[in-house]
Amino acid sequence: MTTDFHTLPDTHGRFGAYGGVYVAETLMAPLAELTAAYERLRNDPDFIAEFDYDLKHYVGRPSPIYHAERLSRRVGGAQILLKREDLNHTGAHKINNTIGQALIARRMGKRRIIAETGAGQHGVASATVCARLGIPCVVYMGAVDVERQAINVYRMKLLGAQVNPVHSGSKTLKDALNEALRDWVTNVDDTFYMIGTVAGPHPYPQMVRDFNAVVGREARAQMLEQYGRLPHALVACVGGGSNAIGLFHAFLNDADVAIYGAEAAGDGIATGRHAASLAAGRPGVLHGNRTYVLCDDAGQIIETHSVSAGLDYPGVGPEHAYLKDCGRAQYLGITDEEALAAFHELARSEGILAALESSHAVAQGMKLARELPKDQLVLVNLSGRGDKDVHTIAAREGLSLI
Amino acid sequence: MSRISDRFAALKAARRPGLIPFVTAGDPLPEATVALMHALVEAGADLIELGVPFSDPMADGPVIQHANERALAKGIGLGQVLAWVAEFRTRDTQTPVVLMGYLNPVEIRGVERFATEAVAAGVDGVLLVDCPVEEIATAVPLRQAGLAQIFLAAPTTEAGRLDRICAEAQGFLYYVSFAGITGAGHLSTDAVRERVTALRARARTPVAVGFGVKDAATAATIAGFADAVVIGSALVDTLAGSADAAELVRRAQAFLAPIRAALDALPAGHAA
Repeated sequence: MTTDFHTLPDTHGRFGAYGGVYVAETLMAPLAELTAAYERLRNDPDFIAEFDYDLKHYVGRPSPIYHAERLSRRVGGAQILLKREDLNHTGAHKINNTIGQALIARRMGKRRIIAETGAGQHGVASATVCARLGIPCVVYMGAVDVERQAINVYRMKLLGAQVNPVHSGSKTLKDALNEALRDWVTNVDDTFYMIGTVAGPHPYPQMVRDFNAVVGREARAQMLEQYGRLPHALVACVGGGSNAIGLFHAFLNDADVAIYGAEAAGDGIATGRHAASLAAGRPGVLHGNRTYVLCDDAGQIIETHSVSAGLDYPGVGPEHAYLKDCGRAQYLGITDEEALAAFHELARSEGILAALESSHAVAQGMKLARELPKDQLVLVNLSGRGDKDVHTIAAREGLSLI
Repeated sequence: MSRISDRFAALKAARRPGLIPFVTAGDPLPEATVALMHALVEAGADLIELGVPFSDPMADGPVIQHANERALAKGIGLGQVLAWVAEFRTRDTQTPVVLMGYLNPVEIRGVERFATEAVAAGVDGVLLVDCPVEEIATAVPLRQAGLAQIFLAAPTTEAGRLDRICAEAQGFLYYVSFAGITGAGHLSTDAVRERVTALRARARTPVAVGFGVKDAATAATIAGFADAVVIGSALVDTLAGSADAAELVRRAQAFLAPIRAALDALPAGHAA
């Protein structure tokens, strides 16, 4: 019997052994309230129409599928196609989710929105939708990330958001998430917590996936329309995993489509300096869900490393944990070096500056294409644009901009 | 009968409110943890809550976060905490000890292995902050091994869930006095009184109240309507920075003694 992947999660938010609701008691009520609101709205024609309208007229959807012909020739294998989420308003897939959650927050009558951010892309996407709806926005960001993503911090401030640096723990994304949860537990009555990835307690992994699933729905229809067939393989980068599950979801029941997630292998998985939770982690519980985590033998969450701040997270969405275990998707590590090489290759061959996160997917797509015949199609999710990363790249290459 | 129920039965018979101090195991002086536990008992603790350090204590305020960070920096983990409880038990076989912490360290050690080791060490109960009653299946081995599974109830807990929590609760029920993190805010004792009174009528176990109890006056007010009072952040804050074991013990006793006195000064039968 084949699995119908579209029936997951169950009503308790479980994807097989993963997911669930592992939070402190005080958060159970607001999570139940959110789950009820989401269950009601996801089938509400008015809500769906408003979401679709915003995606079309504000975000600029649909995003195209672009045939990277020159890159494909240089790689010398299968044809590489790019799903251009980098062309969305704010420059990444993250806006799909924040548009959806903001509409829910407004319908729930919430007067304040909080969010966590790593690289700042979700923070910017949250600040953007809050500006548009006129709702105050507070973004928690690790103090280390505030330092290394100064441009996005300023963008959030320009959009009217308050950015709160987090000084606890490792001062990165995981600590920003802890702090946002602490804010939420303290302000449960009027505050909506806008989680930026497919992790966290139920209903977030499902809800964030559903809002990003527009990527895969569009891509599947575009493939049939432009190429008359589905791709041989899908590739996306995986930190928390929202752009990946967004692309994968519509294809999960298409057994002939191979699925690859590219995790951040940092300096190499063997060095221990990486963020490859699925490739090198183990099942545990973090931030409200059971999933693969990077922790030591005492169960303490360990600090991760990636050149890409958006992949620098020691957990991963529970649906990816499930897809790994059941073998439907494969998760492989791409090192910092490989991602940077892919960044440059794409820039020179196609005139596209990809985000460092997305460059991991490009690198994995190139590896895969190399092994496949020329008539095969490999669809890579180009989840974000790289303007935010030029300072990081320049610094790594010993250049100083201004 | 377990040590926890024995203790609450004795408190009830004596018409005396329970005092439950919380300390983060290994903070501030790992080598003095067991001495600190004995000092707490001497100063009037009826039950000890021992925090198991975790890297991501999402329900805790800054005071306990920092205590966790300090303990982790010294390499303190679950194995060491169990060893301390075993050492404590060589001198104190009566005072119940409850471990309070987060799921991941327990999961990674293995829930069954942990349960066996905890019972052997003399642990009486476990409060897993991020394991609500809906995820009770995760903790089945704890119950099977004979550990009391302590649950939290919060101001936001809905009636239907409260029934389930009361039905599953073992040892005692821990009522979180306000919606927030440990050590924060000013709690409204009137609102807490109302909720706790209703909770006690419903629960089969005693009800302890914690979060935000900072001094003897608040503790005494709460002890007027609860079975026990938990004091955590204020104590952890007081102990932080102690130079040596002697100072640690002195600070713990100086902090706890007036609270114990305030509870004992309540008219007998306060919460009957």
